[in-house]
Amino acid sequence: MKILVPVKRVVDYNVKIRVRPDGSGVELANVKMSMNPFDEIALEEAIRLKEKGAASEVIALSIGAAASQETLRTALAMGADRAILIETAPGADIEPLAVAKLIAAVAREEEAGLVLCGKQAIDNDMNATGQMLAAILDWPQATFASEIRLEGGAAQVTREVDGGLQVIGVALPAVISVDLRLNEPRYASLPNIMKAKKKPLAIRPAGEFGLDIAPRLTVVTTVEPPARKGGVKVGSVAELVAKLKDEAGVL
Amino acid sequence: MSATAAASRAPFAWADPFHLEDQLGEEERLIRDTAQAYAQEKLLPRVIEAYREEKTDPSIFAEMGELGLLGITVPETYGGAGASYVSYGLVAREVERVDSGYRSMMSVQSSLVMYPIHAYGDETQRLRYLPKLARGEWIGCFGLTEPDAGSDPAGMRTRAAKIDGGYRLTGSKMWISNAPFADVFIVWAKSAAHGDEIRGFVLEKGTKGLSAPKIGGKLSLRASLTGEIVLDNVEVPESAMLPNVSGIKGPFGCLNRARYGIAWGVMGAAEDCWHRARQYTLDRKQFGRPLAANQLVQKKLADMQSEIALGLQAALRVGRLFDEGRMAPEMISLIKRNNCGKALDIARLARDMHGGNGISEEFHVMRHAQNLETVNTYEGTHDIHTLILGRAQTGIAAF
Repeated sequence: MKILVPVKRVVDYNVKIRVRPDGSGVELANVKMSMNPFDEIALEEAIRLKEKGAASEVIALSIGAAASQETLRTALAMGADRAILIETAPGADIEPLAVAKLIAAVAREEEAGLVLCGKQAIDNDMNATGQMLAAILDWPQATFASEIRLEGGAAQVTREVDGGLQVIGVALPAVISVDLRLNEPRYASLPNIMKAKKKPLAIRPAGEFGLDIAPRLTVVTTVEPPARKGGVKVGSVAELVAKLKDEAGVL
Repeated sequence: MSATAAASRAPFAWADPFHLEDQLGEEERLIRDTAQAYAQEKLLPRVIEAYREEKTDPSIFAEMGELGLLGITVPETYGGAGASYVSYGLVAREVERVDSGYRSMMSVQSSLVMYPIHAYGDETQRLRYLPKLARGEWIGCFGLTEPDAGSDPAGMRTRAAKIDGGYRLTGSKMWISNAPFADVFIVWAKSAAHGDEIRGFVLEKGTKGLSAPKIGGKLSLRASLTGEIVLDNVEVPESAMLPNVSGIKGPFGCLNRARYGIAWGVMGAAEDCWHRARQYTLDRKQFGRPLAANQLVQKKLADMQSEIALGLQAALRVGRLFDEGRMAPEMISLIKRNNCGKALDIARLARDMHGGNGISEEFHVMRHAQNLETVNTYEGTHDIHTLILGRAQTGIAAF
């Protein structure tokens, strides 16, 4: 069984985000980029499934500008067998629907038995691609996975839901989106980074797929979150209750 | 922004003024990312206690070995990664961003133990030692400095006497990183059978007469273990000698590589001090405004930024020349001297800018400053590198 893992190049989680002066988005020039952490978890799980013999091949897929090759090279260094870049114009905004359509095309082409993806990308926080992908492919979906067990053509997935854990079974092929606590991804070792140079990385222009990937959304403005205000000391319980009632409006 | 405007005024990245990042290749960035993630996630959380308690965790070698961070320039056949010297420098920078002691442990294993076995050893020695050293299963150390031979290693007293089937070593070595828990000892000694030339020997732990007591009471590099090597009539077979080098150029070949890594490493420590001082002076308010609003503070930050940006460019340039086979040892003296001296100044300034908090272990800067006192001294003191550069341009040795 082939596992397809979509990986997105995003601003590194350690970077302090700055909004562009014109409000058109966040500053990306000279900012450290890395693989979306949830995608890293999905990739780690795929590699572990292959190591356990539950999968035959792990394919990493990225959609974006040429620089996304570096993210794919990281995926290969972690243990993916080969990689595909669907190249889009630099700076183009590829929304979840477009991403889902392109992943669906590759999943069909490759006859993937499982798509393992991050639950969301930490840049736009959409949390939509996995669900849209399942709909387009008409495959079952299991989102927010914190444990995955494959058994005889089906997957048993533990999901993190409000108030606890839910265990569901889905038939394969399926789309599984992963949550933070599924595993702790490995570091790419230096020998594997060197070996990754020799693994295949195919680059295909997005236009080749003949899909409508034009944006549906318009960014009106981007603003920084308001600066955090300092706390205050309250003198009595009565004062606290009054403030919670009148100022915070939570009581 | 139009294309013309973009070309005339690019955004300034304060933390990376000359876009060092762009000057690295993809493979180099990936290697750096692995080293950075490991150092920040696995080394940083334990350094405060390790430094305070003077406790070195030997499992760090196995962890580094698993990631391939030991002997990265050694070819894959022997367990290395076959990576470039620029990559080696980037790894040193990331590890020393956490602690100079951890970088020392790695430098010694890579440049002072694996390098000489690879460069000066025979095939049997390479196959016996390198894969285990690369995996961190064995820990190595390098014995050159002696109680009475520091800057003048040619004045060493350790002797190798020819005996039937091998050599008998006598003498002692001082300030040897990793020695107390080392499995493999590279020891340099004058050999009477070779006209008193300096020769290298590979010794193994447990050999009769070989001991390596710990040197306690260090106020610097406390997260890294240092010891002596005592050679009390240690008898070794002929096969323990490194066959392919003779003379002082043997140890110097190793030291060049380690010193090059140090020039990168200290910039990592300096960057950590600079970033912490910047953040601290932005956050700390006195007289109703951040400390960073004062000209005195901004001047210090500008000095740190300038010296680090220049020091990193210099290290990268020498790394590129190294990889092209055009490295001259004087280049390494220049960057080792400059970058260590500047890093030490930066760490002391950062300590000062942290005010009273600067003396606390929680704020890290004083630990860096203490460590850099050693790094400025070992592997050729600041003054010795000054004299090397003086000799190189006047033709007069002032040693």
